[in-house]
Amino acid sequence: MEFDFQILLQQILNGLVLGSVYALVALGYTMVYGILQLINFAHGDVLMIGAMLAATLAPILLAAGVPGILVLIIVTAVAIPVCILLAVVIERVAYRPLRNAPRLAPLITAIGVSILIQTVAMMIWKPNPRPFPDLLPTDPIMMGEVVLAPKQLLILVVAAAMMIGLTLLVNRTRLGRAMRATAENPRIAQLMGVNANQVIALTFAIGAALAAVAGVLVALNYNQASFMMGFTPGLKAFTAAVLGGIGNLAGAMVGGLLLGIIESLGAGYIGDLTGGFLGSQYQDIFAFVVLIIVLVFRPSGIMGERVADRA
Amino acid sequence: MLNFLPWFKNNPKAAYLALIPIVIVLLLLPHLAGTFGNSWVRIIDFALLYIMLALGLNIVVGYAGLLDLGYVAFYAVGAYMYALLSSPHLFENFEWIAQTFPNGIHTSLWLVIPMAAGIAALFGAVLGAPTLRLRGDYLAIVTLGFGEIIRIFMNNLNQPINITNGPQGITKIDSASFFGYSLGEKRELFGVLFEPVHMYYYLFLTLTIIIILITVRLQDSRIGRAWMAIREDEIAAKAMGINTRNVKLLAFAMGASFGGVSGAMFSAFQGFVSPESFTLMESIVIVAMVVLGGMGHIPGVILGAILLYAIPETLRFIAKPMQEAIFGHELIAPEALRMLLFGLAMVVIMLYRPEGLWPSPKHGSDPGLGGATR
Repeated sequence: MEFDFQILLQQILNGLVLGSVYALVALGYTMVYGILQLINFAHGDVLMIGAMLAATLAPILLAAGVPGILVLIIVTAVAIPVCILLAVVIERVAYRPLRNAPRLAPLITAIGVSILIQTVAMMIWKPNPRPFPDLLPTDPIMMGEVVLAPKQLLILVVAAAMMIGLTLLVNRTRLGRAMRATAENPRIAQLMGVNANQVIALTFAIGAALAAVAGVLVALNYNQASFMMGFTPGLKAFTAAVLGGIGNLAGAMVGGLLLGIIESLGAGYIGDLTGGFLGSQYQDIFAFVVLIIVLVFRPSGIMGERVADRA
Repeated sequence: MLNFLPWFKNNPKAAYLALIPIVIVLLLLPHLAGTFGNSWVRIIDFALLYIMLALGLNIVVGYAGLLDLGYVAFYAVGAYMYALLSSPHLFENFEWIAQTFPNGIHTSLWLVIPMAAGIAALFGAVLGAPTLRLRGDYLAIVTLGFGEIIRIFMNNLNQPINITNGPQGITKIDSASFFGYSLGEKRELFGVLFEPVHMYYYLFLTLTIIIILITVRLQDSRIGRAWMAIREDEIAAKAMGINTRNVKLLAFAMGASFGGVSGAMFSAFQGFVSPESFTLMESIVIVAMVVLGGMGHIPGVILGAILLYAIPETLRFIAKPMQEAIFGHELIAPEALRMLLFGLAMVVIMLYRPEGLWPSPKHGSDPGLGGATR
């Protein structure tokens, strides 16, 4: 079998695009987990709500003659506050009362909330996927022999910008310091004058904003949105967060990108590797296999310094 | 049995007397329900299947405190095993099987039940071995991933070799039969007509009772106490000389084996299996039954299974006419209503009754989590 270097490069590039979306979502998981040790199951559904809103608004705006890029900006600007509101409400209603409850309890409410959001979304938007229009030019950009669609470029740029912004926020601002302090030890942080509840709500809000952007990007990338779409990216983003070391922001970014590349390469080459027995329809398996391998051999993830078992 | 009815603990005579009407009701139930149509008997049959599943998962979640979100995978393993061993599918697709079994494969129920239990237990152990040292919520995600992997494989293993027939699923599965006596045919006994749904009811009831007896006995056994010790505090359990790894593995394997048996029963009852029946949602529903009913408490789990299965199912019949009467048209589809109810129940019960509807009467211990009260 002849090895084609161009294809490999292309796969890596596609993986990076996929991975930067995972990274955006993974940041939301990792921030919440870092502070509350809670897997926010509803995070993927927040992403879905963002995408569905965008998919509802975009055709209307396009029909009104608004240019594509402006449409994209407007729908994102609408999706972000709605998602933030949703996430803050979820935190207030379903997680905050259970903060001192046994660990299983908030996990189960999280699943319940996720089911509720999905069902309501299904009732509002009907079960069938909604088409998402092409808002950017579709002529591919050639880089050597590697092809990149403009929307893929946009995803890379936006994701990178948001990650840089978040890093600055967490490392340079007062809020960021409060977040880090709360993650370290909520009680002591409170003694030092940090309003822990407010910080936690803001953490959810920031995660939701990232998820809203990711939702719009996912819808743009696949040209559709449906009420089920939050689940898979949510799960994979969680895997990415674990891969990078949960609770660690840089880890979530690296984990997301890495998982995207692994998936893309895996789906591209699994057919050759198994002699055609398994095909690219097994793409979704990689995330889980990676998750299991990471948890077994290095539960703290690539960059995590915390020991996994803190019980 | 006396532990199962704690309020009769000090009065065995009353307990046995109380059992008589219960037994009579249980025996007559399908015929009473059958007067309203066989669909109601089917609902009861399925409720029994869910009770079996919930009791199996209760070993893992309730006793050992390990949250398993991929339990349906074991159900699927059992279902597909029976489907492959009792349908023309393998016969039609593999030359050598057709030659070995010229009459097709028809496996007796007596063989299938232990096999389903065994294979599912094997899967449980294989999944458990690498993952059981993980902390609770990680374990939840890994098991969830495992459940999805199994479903993806079932969905795609129709090529290049057709093993599972992909999304179409396997059809024409034999009814359960023993001693050459098929449960798929009507027959009359002592002037009473027994339809297949009735006979499955008795089969499922028998299995459910067996599972209840096993889990009740397990609860008070050395293993059961070890599980609960691990649930309350794993480190302390280890210090007490419990081999936590093996004991947790055993919980996983045992829970899985009950799932496998229920799966085989499901497959025989339906006559058809497809990956659609084994989604993540199904796992979540079973977890919800255990958690909402009362983790680790057998009557609670049974109550949870009945409520969560029967209420939404009944809603299907009632909701539509009611909505039409109130709003003039159907506002919420039954399926959506069912999901809304599940979601709401999970949130509300966790918020207001975190131990479940009918928690175990244990004193001074807090039922239900991997020893992690932060």
